[in-house]
Amino acid sequence: MVFFKRKPVKTVLVCCGTGCLANNSLEVYEGLKKRIEGAGVRARIRPVTKATGCNGLCERGPIVKIQPDDIFYCGVKAADVDEIFERSVLNDEIITRLLYRDTSTGERVKSHRETEFYKRQYKIALRNIGEIDPASIDDYMERDGYRALKKVLTSMSPQEVMAEIEKSGLRGRGGAGFPTGVKWKQCERVEALPKYVVCNGDEGDPGAFMDRSIMEGDPHSVIEGMLICAYAIGAEKGFIYIRDEYALAIKNMTTALEEARKRGFLGQNILQKGLNFDIEIVRGGGAFVCGESTALMASIEGRVGEPRVKYIRSVERGLWDKPTVLNNVETWANVPVIINRGAQWFRSIGTEGSPGTKVFSLVGKVKNTGLIEVPMGITLREIIFSIGGGIPRGREFKAVQTGGPSGGCIPKELLDLPVDFDSLTESGSMMGSGGMIVMDDTTCMVEVARYYLQFLAEESCGKCVPCREGIKQMLGILEDICAGRGREGDIDLLLDIGATLQEASLCGLGKTAPNPVLSTIRYFREEYEEHIRNKYCPAGVCKELTEFYIDIDACRGCGLCEQKCPVGAISGERRRTYTIDGTKCIKCGQCREACRFGAIKNRGRRHEDNH
Amino acid sequence: MPAGSIQEGLSQAKEIIGKYPREQRFLLAALQDIQKEYNYLPREALALVQEHFAVPLSRLYSMATFYKALALKPKGKFVIKVCDGTACHIRGSTLLVEELQRLLKIGPGETTPDGKFSMETVNCLGSCAIAPVMVINDQYYGRVTTAAVGKILEDLEAKE
Ligand SMILES: Cc1cc2nc3c(=O)[nH]c(=O)nc-3n(C[C@H](O)[C@H](O)[C@H](O)COP(=O)(O)O)c2cc1C
Ligand code: SF4
Ligand code: SF4
Ligand code: FES
Ligand code: FES
Repeated sequence: MVFFKRKPVKTVLVCCGTGCLANNSLEVYEGLKKRIEGAGVRARIRPVTKATGCNGLCERGPIVKIQPDDIFYCGVKAADVDEIFERSVLNDEIITRLLYRDTSTGERVKSHRETEFYKRQYKIALRNIGEIDPASIDDYMERDGYRALKKVLTSMSPQEVMAEIEKSGLRGRGGAGFPTGVKWKQCERVEALPKYVVCNGDEGDPGAFMDRSIMEGDPHSVIEGMLICAYAIGAEKGFIYIRDEYALAIKNMTTALEEARKRGFLGQNILQKGLNFDIEIVRGGGAFVCGESTALMASIEGRVGEPRVKYIRSVERGLWDKPTVLNNVETWANVPVIINRGAQWFRSIGTEGSPGTKVFSLVGKVKNTGLIEVPMGITLREIIFSIGGGIPRGREFKAVQTGGPSGGCIPKELLDLPVDFDSLTESGSMMGSGGMIVMDDTTCMVEVARYYLQFLAEESCGKCVPCREGIKQMLGILEDICAGRGREGDIDLLLDIGATLQEASLCGLGKTAPNPVLSTIRYFREEYEEHIRNKYCPAGVCKELTEFYIDIDACRGCGLCEQKCPVGAISGERRRTYTIDGTKCIKCGQCREACRFGAIKNRGRRHEDNH
Repeated sequence: MPAGSIQEGLSQAKEIIGKYPREQRFLLAALQDIQKEYNYLPREALALVQEHFAVPLSRLYSMATFYKALALKPKGKFVIKVCDGTACHIRGSTLLVEELQRLLKIGPGETTPDGKFSMETVNCLGSCAIAPVMVINDQYYGRVTTAAVGKILEDLEAKE
């Protein structure tokens, strides 16, 4: 073989996260792998193909990256494989048509690092995702993996480890934001043995997938975080509780645990330093309440996952009544980096009260949807308009929902709110685990509140009466309002029941359940009133309170709406105007979505009443 | 499942249960594995679980009803899961459910009389970026429109 001037090995990274897999990225991966392995001497270098976790831009998937040139291809199809191989792997050409097109500038950019979407991000918890093959422990170790473990075992006492985590100001990423270092210390102090370390990978928020991506894309960072805690508090056994639906996360985590055992990072006498620790995976049964710490522990014990009263603290009596530290997936993934780079460094990112970064799943009515990691203190506006690229189809921003079913909706007036634990709580929402759902003027806030309450009504474990009955009553009222049966006084009634729930519920589920309702009443009261008094749903979502019509002054007669209507309710003449037959219309709103001239409007039921 | 195959079918259940130590904490995992194997929890298999773990049958039923991943009734050949997580919801997942309802004449949680289709709504499938999302027997469909639903069903019918 002839040796050319040495060039770095090319690495072809194919995203195989859930979003890209849904878009057939496996075919792309296998195609490229076959081509590369079959190339033999034709390639001057030996390129490597890797299947990675989610790159965060699932909407543009499947994603293929080529290193070290940092080429970022989107929307790759199996049919593109040959061209990518010939031009960008064997040679150093760039295929322009596959490059990412920036939503703000409209230009194609070579590397994802140049995009508005990535520029403002800061990756700690997601540091390795999309860069490594999650099945390879070597990939993880090449990027400083297990260095923090070695550091604590060789040069830090358990007290020093806990002090460092406490000093860093790391707060739990699972929702409540409790200081992680403090939790560990409380548990360490308890005399009883054995002690347990638990990872909460239940991720119950419907509409969020941060923890899943971490478990799928970088499982070792979670394992290493748990190991460091085990050393600090003196635990020998750990559990990772993963939702059963997360098949890929379970698979990748299982592989990672096996690899870690083989390399002596788990098991007896770890790294010959006398630490004994091993981890078992427990699959969750798919109940939202099981994400609550005490319900989760009940579930691990093999019981029905019901929470228990809070005055017994898990750090003292948790799993099987033994002292237990439970942290969220993202919290764990932060730990090794803090140990490696120090508390001081971590504090330099984010805000005084909420140091570090937070991962969000930015979804809904926003141009760039996907997974992002940003420094705390960034404003909602920056997230939604700079990173997210704003609202699609020229529609108007209305609200952003954070905190999942325990959170609330934040209106346009508060777009400059800094995102951190305390500001979000003050606004009537909360950080939650990191769901961020953007809503535009075609989202009905009353219906959103109804949606969450329905979710919570199904998920309430039913153990305590205020939660079980209160949620049901609130849901009933909201259903009535959405169906046009709203009455004067309903809003006050909702506020009343909400207050009772917050007071009297047993666990966090019930205590926070009214939040979606209370926050929407706080900021969108007129919308409730429109529903109740005028029988009008301004967003055109609640079917009983919606009647679409075509504004003849705005209509250009393009006929797009006619094509989109699934029931043939629209008719008209090209280049003149179109009309909707209200008796056929099922109010799906597809026509409004399609019309580029904003000609399709909603006049609500009050229109009928005026007849 | 037809009656004839129950006996031979049970050997898998036996094997699954046998993998687990007789400790309560493995109960959920055993039930989940059986669910995966049969798509529901056959009564005969539950009897085996009861024997192995020495727990009352009522416990098993309360677990089966509490945990969403477990089902007591058999499901159709094609299990259509419509995501109704928040991201999918605000991008119109309800319309997909209504369209399926219109075409299949079954609601969420039901199975067509011929045993071909079951419909379920689920929470976030982790693909919110391509919402609204449907999964049919592990095949993902992203950005589904009401118009696409009929087409997808036709394709499945044709595959048979
Ligand atoms: C109803 C309910 C659901 C919850 N779901 C989750 C969840 O899915 N994931 C999670 O990490 N924490 C969840 N939590 C928070 C946990 O109880 C717990 O506070 C957290 O996992 C602790 O970890 P952290 O300190 O690292 O955030 C939930 C809490 C409640 C009340
Ligand atoms: S709302 Fe739906 S059914 Fe009604 S006219 Fe528009 S597309 Fe047709
Ligand atoms: S899509 Fe809009 S502009 Fe085109 S025909 Fe329909 S209402 Fe008129
Ligand atoms: S799964 Fe590929 S970018 Fe998210
Ligand atoms: S909400 Fe449907 S995939 Fe996340």
